[in-house]
Amino acid sequence: MSERFIYADHAATTAVTDTALAAMLPHFTRDYGNPSSLYRFAQEGKTHLEQARAQVAACLNAKPEELYFTSGGTEADNWALRGVAELMALKGKKTGHIITTAIEHHAVLHTAQYLEKLGYEVTYLPVDGDGLVDPAAVEQAIRPDTILISVMAANNEIGTIQPIAEIGAIARAHKVLFHTDAVQAVGHIPVDVEAWNVDLLSLSGHKFGGPKGIGALYMRKPLRLPALIQGGGQEKGRRSGTENVPGAVGMAAALKEAVDRLPEESARLATLRDKLIAGLSALPYTRLTGHPVKRLPGTASFVFEGVEGEALLLHLDAKGICASSGSACSSASLDPSHVLLTIGLPHAIAHGSLRLSLGPDNTEGDVEYMLKEVPAVVEYLREMSPVWDKDAQKPTWEL
Amino acid sequence: MLYSDKVMDHFEHPRNVGEIENADGVGQVGNPKCGDIMKMYLKIDGDVITDVKFKTFGCGSAIATSSMATEMIKGKTIGEAMTLTNAAVAEALDGLPAYKMHCSVLAEEAIKAALADYYKKKGQPVPESLKLPCDCEEGHCCSACG
Repeated sequence: MSERFIYADHAATTAVTDTALAAMLPHFTRDYGNPSSLYRFAQEGKTHLEQARAQVAACLNAKPEELYFTSGGTEADNWALRGVAELMALKGKKTGHIITTAIEHHAVLHTAQYLEKLGYEVTYLPVDGDGLVDPAAVEQAIRPDTILISVMAANNEIGTIQPIAEIGAIARAHKVLFHTDAVQAVGHIPVDVEAWNVDLLSLSGHKFGGPKGIGALYMRKPLRLPALIQGGGQEKGRRSGTENVPGAVGMAAALKEAVDRLPEESARLATLRDKLIAGLSALPYTRLTGHPVKRLPGTASFVFEGVEGEALLLHLDAKGICASSGSACSSASLDPSHVLLTIGLPHAIAHGSLRLSLGPDNTEGDVEYMLKEVPAVVEYLREMSPVWDKDAQKPTWEL
Repeated sequence: MLYSDKVMDHFEHPRNVGEIENADGVGQVGNPKCGDIMKMYLKIDGDVITDVKFKTFGCGSAIATSSMATEMIKGKTIGEAMTLTNAAVAEALDGLPAYKMHCSVLAEEAIKAALADYYKKKGQPVPESLKLPCDCEEGHCCSACG
């Protein structure tokens, strides 16, 4: 094993920050009361929960009463889509049309597919080669029975940031509800529910230094989606289950920290990211995936022809580098990532993908190390690849 | 850990990587679309496989099964190599995750394709047991994913 340890998978999850952990700890052992209880001992927790709600809301330019805590981003996405469908069903409209994109996270995509089984129609909009959704295409897809538009703020695999404010303005003009999965965006780029014109927004605590198991759904007033989870009536009856006070407090502390540091930190990360992009894109038959400029500050993603992603990850792991790939072999499916296929990559090339996502702990030295080791692994794997012509430095396939 | 120590050993230190010039039999199976391609080179003296090399484009288990398969047939007779099964390769690696078993199938098929090529080069009929479920002449088949 390598002595170096470089965590370059921050888009997958992040470490809980010291600030977040310190804020959480008292709620495990000292202030552990159930916020629904009446005695003063438990009310302490309730106060902290509401402070956390206000803190998170402030980071989104939202009102505290518009924010509902969930178990994470996946629940928030499920709730947004199924909630809108059920809201319409409660009003007697048992079918309807939903617009989303072909590059959403599975939390949105699989929920949309489930709603199709229930009788809803879904339009999955394509994206261009950089992963961008065309706002005009969103507008064209709107029908009289469209009940929801759901477009992710930033893509988890290729980092492309969508024109959410533009799409929000279109949704508003057509009076269609608009949801954005902002799991990769919150804490990493400025998020403003007013400027974006969103009615629903999902976020997840562990993507920006908060703990796992906590997230939130923003719901613009007066929109009130029916509960996804029924029970004791917590979260004003919208999301039952004893409140995850330590989670909410930790997420709020982490988000405040991330947002306070955002201008400097995103500039620092973008510099490191661009260095990675410049260095690795220079390799033969290698390309950046996602938009060259409109991308998350910490996310650099590539495809290397003639190399398979899982093999690449395992060798990088041996060198102490934690990264991820959208190759089929790094998951249990035989198909490479739907995102890479949607941006137009052939299967053979999509298998050779690598995502390096940087965070607060990454340094210039880390980037230099990766710029040395990633090309070495790519070259090694290409040398043993029957589809790579070493002398010509190009793949033998015609795609 | 996803893989056994043996898989990781053969992945990190693959045996018999490379090409054989003027090989007596060469076989390629797999499909770039599926993300796995294996190419096997055999040197055959009389009835014995005296040398074997491979090149693989694929995931960790594809590389490890290629490596293990070459070790299992090196120095063996053609008859012995013909009976090598994917299950035996997987077992020799202390097992593979279920969804990676197709990699071991590719290793078995790559050897069969190389042996079939050997018979063809010698102008002899290719034994029935070396015929693959699909036409792998161009290396564009993958019995695992079509």
